[in-house]
Amino acid sequence: MYALQTDVGDIEQLSQEDRERLALTGLEVGMQNRCGSFFQIDQDVIQTTCGAEGIEMIPIKAALEKYDWVKDYYWNAVSREKDKYTQYLAKQENPQGLVVIANEGVKVEMPLQACLFLREEPVQHVHNIFIAREGSEINIISGCASSWQKEHGAHIGVTEIYVGKGAKVTSTMIHNWNPGISVFPRSATVVEEDGTFLSNYVCMQPVNRIEMYPTARLVGKNAVARFSSIVVATPGSTLDLGSRAILGAENASAELITRAITTGGTIISRGHILGEKDNTRGHIECKGLILKDGIVHAIPEIEGTLTGTELSHEAAVGKIARHEIEYLMARGLSEEEATATIIRGFLDVKISGLPAVLQEQIDAAIDKAESGF
Amino acid sequence: MLDISDLHVSVDGTEKLHDINLHIGQGETHILMGPNGSGKSTLLKAIMGFGGYTITSGSIVFKGTDITGMPVHERAHLGIGMMFQHPPAISGLKLEKLLAATSHLGEDAIEALAQTVNMEHFLARDTNVGFSGGEIKRSEVLQLKVQQPDFLMLDEPESGVDLENMSLMGKEIAGLLEKDVHIVNRRRSGLIITHTGYILDYLEADQGHVLIDGRIRCHGNPREILRVVKEKGYGECMRCKQM
Repeated sequence: MYALQTDVGDIEQLSQEDRERLALTGLEVGMQNRCGSFFQIDQDVIQTTCGAEGIEMIPIKAALEKYDWVKDYYWNAVSREKDKYTQYLAKQENPQGLVVIANEGVKVEMPLQACLFLREEPVQHVHNIFIAREGSEINIISGCASSWQKEHGAHIGVTEIYVGKGAKVTSTMIHNWNPGISVFPRSATVVEEDGTFLSNYVCMQPVNRIEMYPTARLVGKNAVARFSSIVVATPGSTLDLGSRAILGAENASAELITRAITTGGTIISRGHILGEKDNTRGHIECKGLILKDGIVHAIPEIEGTLTGTELSHEAAVGKIARHEIEYLMARGLSEEEATATIIRGFLDVKISGLPAVLQEQIDAAIDKAESGF
Repeated sequence: MLDISDLHVSVDGTEKLHDINLHIGQGETHILMGPNGSGKSTLLKAIMGFGGYTITSGSIVFKGTDITGMPVHERAHLGIGMMFQHPPAISGLKLEKLLAATSHLGEDAIEALAQTVNMEHFLARDTNVGFSGGEIKRSEVLQLKVQQPDFLMLDEPESGVDLENMSLMGKEIAGLLEKDVHIVNRRRSGLIITHTGYILDYLEADQGHVLIDGRIRCHGNPREILRVVKEKGYGECMRCKQM
């Protein structure tokens, strides 16, 4: 048996502040509304449990030992040689992280949670693999946070996601770091025929630097990818973010949507869609709001290589329009209420097909951040 | 209800309204006419207190309170409401959320009000996003029905509205101005900008004013003013003042 018992003692040892931080990233210690849970503090896996039939959650080391074929998915979507962070991770003798396997046809709406908590170690490294076999559907909520007392540190994570034929994976990641933490996720997804990959990312709390550019390769006909990001850069934070979709099969489509707010930090919002097969469609939408002087730099790239692809992008960066605030004030809202209402609306990215519990988690992160605007 | 005395208003450093004097009593509805660019909307926006409309001299007194320097939302709380000609579209803000935020009404009461203006299917939509001309006007009327202001300013309620919607709008605006209440007991007042006068098919107005080049050129019976403007154009009003 690889499903370990929960070491509740370790979770209960966490301070109240840390538990609250984790709750904001979606961790449900009591497992309400979760069908499985993986919890890693620094380099220690303290919980792996899964109650859903047909779904396995196993620490990566155990998964590589248990199933010979897992190695085919290990360093496959992401190259070991990609950069110094992947090289660092590839050198680790004790890889940590989570493997999720959803068996053929298994559909579970209740999310699995994967929580990665940086408490004391200078560097946390994680390697996750999610495999959704043909016709399966899973929701994964990954919460990444650092202890409220942690001043400096780095989180390096590789996530490889394989969406099988007709399968659907919804991956929602919520970050809650500290001003001295640097974060380098390296993710890639492969989507097969009729498969759907939805990626949602929320980061609204201070951090030193986040650098990521997840890629989805749509290799099967009718494959769909949609990335939605909601980010806030506070003073001192640099968020270099982006997502890329490669439309490598007929009728594949992708949408990259970003809402970026700076209250003094820097956001670089990249996006790249490459249309290389017939009847492919892609759209990039980036809206940036500058609440206090900072940087929002949108770099949308669309690249088509044949007549059968249709790609578009729209990007807008600016402040809240004065006439919108005054419109709401004429209805009786104070300037502060009107501003908060408009920001809330700005961040309201409609993510179709998102289970209510995940949407609530995103809303909670937005509500928490809103008090700081 | 509203007393405007010797009001001068500048926009971007240029005076747009000169020496405006206007008194609107409780229960009265006034019509404001004038050619394009004469300053009608500027006057409404100055009364509402929008930024960019600088009052260089004069005063606006509402219900006995000098509101000349008061923030917009406090004017709204005092009972001033405005129907916008071109309201902004606000993505992500559902109409029902806006209505709930601007009143103490519950969901059911809001739904019932929405039904009166055929807007019940728009409550879950983003405010004014993708609304047609008629839908925007109905959304504005609904917001005012929820807000219940004592003094209502309407900026061209007829523009962009088809005949069927115009009938609904006319009746609803008459309701907002308590035209069904006996004149002695009527509390609500209004100031309506109109180019066409169609609104007068649905409600009686007590006075009319013609604004030209930022000055009120004449006051009088609204229907008579409308007739003169229709027959002879605004040039007649210019001459009228000069006589």
